[in-house]
Amino acid sequence: MSKKNSSVNAKKKINIRKFLKGDLLTYLMVIAVYAVLQTMVATGNMKSLYQGLLVPMCVYSIMALSLNLTVGVMGELSLGHAGFMCLGAFSGAIFSKITSDIIAVDLLRFILAILIGAAVAAFFGFLIGIPVLRLKGDYLAIVTLAFGEIIKNVVNVFFMGIDKNGLHLSMKDEMSLNLAEGGKTIMKGPQGIVGTPNDSTFTIGVVLILITLVIVLNLIHSRSGRAIMAIRDNRIAAESIGIHITKYKMMAFVISAALAGVAGVLYSHNLSSLQAQPQNFGYNMSIMILVYVVLGGIGNMRGSIIAASILTILPELLRSFADYRMLVYAIVLILMMLFNWAPACLEFRERHSLKNMFAGKKAKEVQ
Amino acid sequence: MSFINYLISGISLGSVYAIIALGYTMVYGIAKMLNFAHGDVIMIGAYTVFTVASSIGMNPAVAVILSIVVCTVLGMLIERVAYKPLRQAASPLAVLITAIGVSYLLQNVALLVFGPNTKSFTSVISWKGVSLADGKLNISGVTIVTIAACIVIMVALTSFINHSRAGQAMLAVSEDKGAAQLMGINVNGTIALTFAIGSGLAAVAGVLLCSAYPTLTPYTGAMPGIKAFVAAVFGGIGSIPGAMIGGILLGIIEILSKAYINQQLSDAIVFSVLIIVLLIKPTGILGRNIQEKV
Repeated sequence: MSKKNSSVNAKKKINIRKFLKGDLLTYLMVIAVYAVLQTMVATGNMKSLYQGLLVPMCVYSIMALSLNLTVGVMGELSLGHAGFMCLGAFSGAIFSKITSDIIAVDLLRFILAILIGAAVAAFFGFLIGIPVLRLKGDYLAIVTLAFGEIIKNVVNVFFMGIDKNGLHLSMKDEMSLNLAEGGKTIMKGPQGIVGTPNDSTFTIGVVLILITLVIVLNLIHSRSGRAIMAIRDNRIAAESIGIHITKYKMMAFVISAALAGVAGVLYSHNLSSLQAQPQNFGYNMSIMILVYVVLGGIGNMRGSIIAASILTILPELLRSFADYRMLVYAIVLILMMLFNWAPACLEFRERHSLKNMFAGKKAKEVQ
Repeated sequence: MSFINYLISGISLGSVYAIIALGYTMVYGIAKMLNFAHGDVIMIGAYTVFTVASSIGMNPAVAVILSIVVCTVLGMLIERVAYKPLRQAASPLAVLITAIGVSYLLQNVALLVFGPNTKSFTSVISWKGVSLADGKLNISGVTIVTIAACIVIMVALTSFINHSRAGQAMLAVSEDKGAAQLMGINVNGTIALTFAIGSGLAAVAGVLLCSAYPTLTPYTGAMPGIKAFVAAVFGGIGSIPGAMIGGILLGIIEILSKAYINQQLSDAIVFSVLIIVLLIKPTGILGRNIQEKV
C-alpha cells in the first residue's frame, strides 16, 4: 500500500517538474531567438525590411498570449481583443504626447505609458466584463466583437487638444476644441495621433513578452489559475465546490485585456502616425490573432509565440504569395479545428497514432 | 416629413436585417451554433446576382432564383463539410471558431474571384415607387418590395414551421435532439434543411440589401450579418417573430441615429443596444428562459 502511494507521489513530482521544464523551455526559447536576431541586427546580416518586423513580432506575440489566456485558459472566445489593443495604443500614445516635454527620460516615459495603457485597457476590460461575463459561448463572442467595434468607432470621432488651461475633449471636430493660443491638438478623430515618440525597440518588446509569459504562466499554475480552468471544464461542478465564478472569470478577462493594452502601447510607439482602422484595430485583426492562437495550439503559450512570430514574418518572405495568404489562413483555421476537435477525426488519430501502434505491438509481444 | 422618411427607410433596412436574422435564429435554435458565415453567404448571393444580371445580362428574376439556389447549396455544403463533423465536439468553441474560419474563407475567395474593387450593383427592382403628400414623402420601389418581401417570408415561414411535417420536425429537434431522434425524426436531414432555408433567405436579403445600398465588396455581408445577429438577440434568439421585431427596431435605431446623432457613431449605437439588451433582458424581447440542467 505504502509503495503504491509513494509511486503516485513520484509521478506527481515528475509532473510538476515537467511543468517547470516546459515553462523554462519557453523562456529559453524567447531569449535564444532574441539573442540570434539581435546578433544578426548587430552584425548587419538582416535587411532593414525584416528589422521593421521585429517589434510587430513582439506586439502580436503578446496579443496571442493575451488572447490565449481568454480562449485557452478561460475557455471563452473574445473577438474584441483588437479593441483592447486599440485602447492601450491610444491611451499610451496620448500620454507620451502630453508628457513628451515634461518627462525627459524616454525609457521612464515609455514605462509609464505602458502602465497607463495596461490600466486603461484593464479598466475597460472590467467595465465590459460586467455584462459580458454573465454570458458564455456565442453570446460572449458577439458582445466582445460589438465592443471592439464600438471602441474603434468612438476613437474615430474623438478629438483631444491641450493648452495652458488643460485638456480639451470633443466628439465633433477640431474647431470645437476651443484651444487657446499656443495649444496643440493631440488626437484628430479619423486622422488619429501623429508624432508619437518612437520608443518601441525590439529589446523592450522581448522584455515585455517575457513579463507577459511570467504573468500568464504563473497565473496558470496558481490556485486562481486552477480555479479558472475548473470553471472552463465544468462551470456547474466548479460552482458547486465553492469557486466564485464571476471573480475568477473577471480576473482572467481583466489580465487578458491589460496585456492586450500593453501590446497596443508597444504598437503605437512603433508608428509615427496612429489611426484606428479596420485593418489594425477592427474585427479582422481580432480574427488574425485568433488564427495565431489556434495555429499555436489553444492553451499552449509557447505555440502562440511561435505561431505569431512566424506568421508575422512569413508574409514578407512570401511576397508573391500575398494574394493567397488570407485564403490559406482561413483554410488552415478550419482544418486545424476539424483535425483537433472533430470526434471522428480524434478517434481516427487515436487508432492510427504511432504511439499506440508501438504500444500495441509491445502489448502483443508480452502476451 | 423628414422624420417619416427616415422612419420608412429604417423599416426598410430593418426588414433586410429581419430576413437575415431569420436565418441566424433558425440555425441557432436548431443547431445551437452561431453561424458566423451567414453574413458572407449574403455577399455570395449578391455577387451571384451581380454576375448573372449585370455581366451576363440575364433577366433579374432568373438571376435572383439562381442566386437563391447557389446560396442554398452553399449553405448545405458548409454545414456538411465544416459544422457537422464538430457537432459532438467537446468544446463549444470548436464550431464557433470553424464558423469564423468559413466566414473568412468566403470573404477571401470572393476577394480572389471578384477582386477588391467595389462593384456598383444595379437594382433588380426597376419600379420607381410612389410619391405621397405632394412629393414630400417619397417611398422608393425597393423599400416597398423589401418590406413586402419581409412580411411574405415571415408569414410563409411561420406557417411552414407550424403546419408542415418538416417544420414540426424542426421544432422537435430544437427542443431535444435525442428525443427527436427516438421519435424517428431524421436529425441530420432537419439540420441540413434549416441551413438550406436560412441560406436561401440570405440570398434574398443580399439582393434586397444591394438593391437599396448598391455597393458590393467582399466585405459587404460581414457588418449586416453581425447586426442581424444583434437583431436576433434583441428579439430573442430562436423566435421567428422576435427576429422580425428585433430586425425592424434595429433598422429604425440605426437610421435615426445616423440622421439625428452622428453618422460615424451609428454602428457604435447599434452595438450598444446589444450590450444594453443583454444586461437588462438577456433572453431578448420574445425569448424564452431556458434553465440549465445539471
